[in-house]
Amino acid sequence: MDPAIELTDLAVRRGSLEVLHGITARIEPGQVVGLLGPSGCGKTTLMRCLVGVQAHVNGSVQVLGRPAGTPSLRSQVGYVTQAPSVYADLTVLQNLRYFASVLGVSRTAVEEVLDTVRLRDHASSRVDALSGGQRARVSLGTALLGKPRLLVLDEPTVGLDPVLREELWATFGALAEGGTTLLVSSHVMDEASRCDRLLILRDGRLLADDSPAALLSRTGTTDMEQAFLYLVRAQAAA
Amino acid sequence: MNGRVVTATARRILLQLRGDHRTLALLLVLPCVLLSLLAWVFHGVPGTFDRIGPALLAIFPLTTMFVVTSVATLRERTSGTLERLLTLPVGKLDVLLGYALAFGLVALAQTALVCALALGPLGLDVAGSTAWVVLVALLSALLGNTLGLLGSAFATTEFQAVQLLQAFVIPQLLVCGLFLPRPQMPRPLQLASNVLPLTYVVDAMQQAVAIGGSGRARVDLAVIGACIVTAVVLGAVTLRRRTA
Repeated sequence: MDPAIELTDLAVRRGSLEVLHGITARIEPGQVVGLLGPSGCGKTTLMRCLVGVQAHVNGSVQVLGRPAGTPSLRSQVGYVTQAPSVYADLTVLQNLRYFASVLGVSRTAVEEVLDTVRLRDHASSRVDALSGGQRARVSLGTALLGKPRLLVLDEPTVGLDPVLREELWATFGALAEGGTTLLVSSHVMDEASRCDRLLILRDGRLLADDSPAALLSRTGTTDMEQAFLYLVRAQAAA
Repeated sequence: MNGRVVTATARRILLQLRGDHRTLALLLVLPCVLLSLLAWVFHGVPGTFDRIGPALLAIFPLTTMFVVTSVATLRERTSGTLERLLTLPVGKLDVLLGYALAFGLVALAQTALVCALALGPLGLDVAGSTAWVVLVALLSALLGNTLGLLGSAFATTEFQAVQLLQAFVIPQLLVCGLFLPRPQMPRPLQLASNVLPLTYVVDAMQQAVAIGGSGRARVDLAVIGACIVTAVVLGAVTLRRRTA
């Protein structure tokens, strides 16, 4: 089986600045992978490479066995940007229906998604009348419509209340059980324990690529925040 | 090209417009108000409205559609929805044609209203063909659409998008023959007006009002059609899936 994601010496230049410096990683399908690191470390750029919207990419980015950005991947990769990219002047239902017809999926998919992202009660509300967390869920919902094999989610849980965050992580887990691969970025280290696998990024370099448990035992720490600090110091010493 | 995506996109844009009553009113009512104002200005000077009216009948749809389309497309570019759409199985042309279809339908409504007003209550004297007048007005609106789609690529803020009108449309307006017949203009300006689409729009409308579907009007329409197609194609080129 092809890996869901395979990066070889991925480097990205933005203007005169290199923002990702030679990242190599391989992710097997059916996992929830956390992409962690402080703000500005290159998480979004890496995700943009995977969905094929980043320019000036060097090295190889293979997604589901094909080069990232290949037209046939567009129906198999779902991308949710950090800022909700839905139409604020349409209702939740109108947004979902539009993306459903673009993807060519049925109205039943829309109904399912309304339940998954818990927005049934707000289906006929305009998006600009919703809270930030609700908007984020509309945006997530549109990405779930086509049942993509790879979901790339940029900070999907920011601003959500803890109950909802818990529910979303449970949803991510369930999707992964069903064979979907999820790459979920976060700058909140405590979300790391919900992932099967972690990629830790700092200043455009991969600090670690491990399971949460292995990472804690390797660094001899008890929480991710500490593990991150340990890795940063180790890198500085090297 | 994917018909499903084009119609879904057009439908989505019309839904967005329907929610914005003020914009809709401005689009449909404003050209009528302006044309009425013009007729009133020339009320005491017989024949003048009949001379200038046709040109304005062609220019109003173009300018309003240009502004609305360029701002709407810019919003789509800056809100992240365009980037998301381009990560989906969607052709760039599908999105642009969706826009052209949606605003083309709005243009049809606008044109019907303006033409009904001009030919009815305002008493614009049409010796030529009413059908041709409507046809030219509609193509003028479509040209405004597609130039707006293209123009929005050169703007990064809504302030810039609105001012594109002054960069793309007003210069054409000045040299199109409305203020001074083109043969009386300095030679370089005549040559410039030869390659600007608005010149052909105004000429086609003057022909339509005076004669109808003359051979010259047909040539004008062919030029306008070619400009519309070129603007859509260039618009598609400026939409980039990969950005820095």
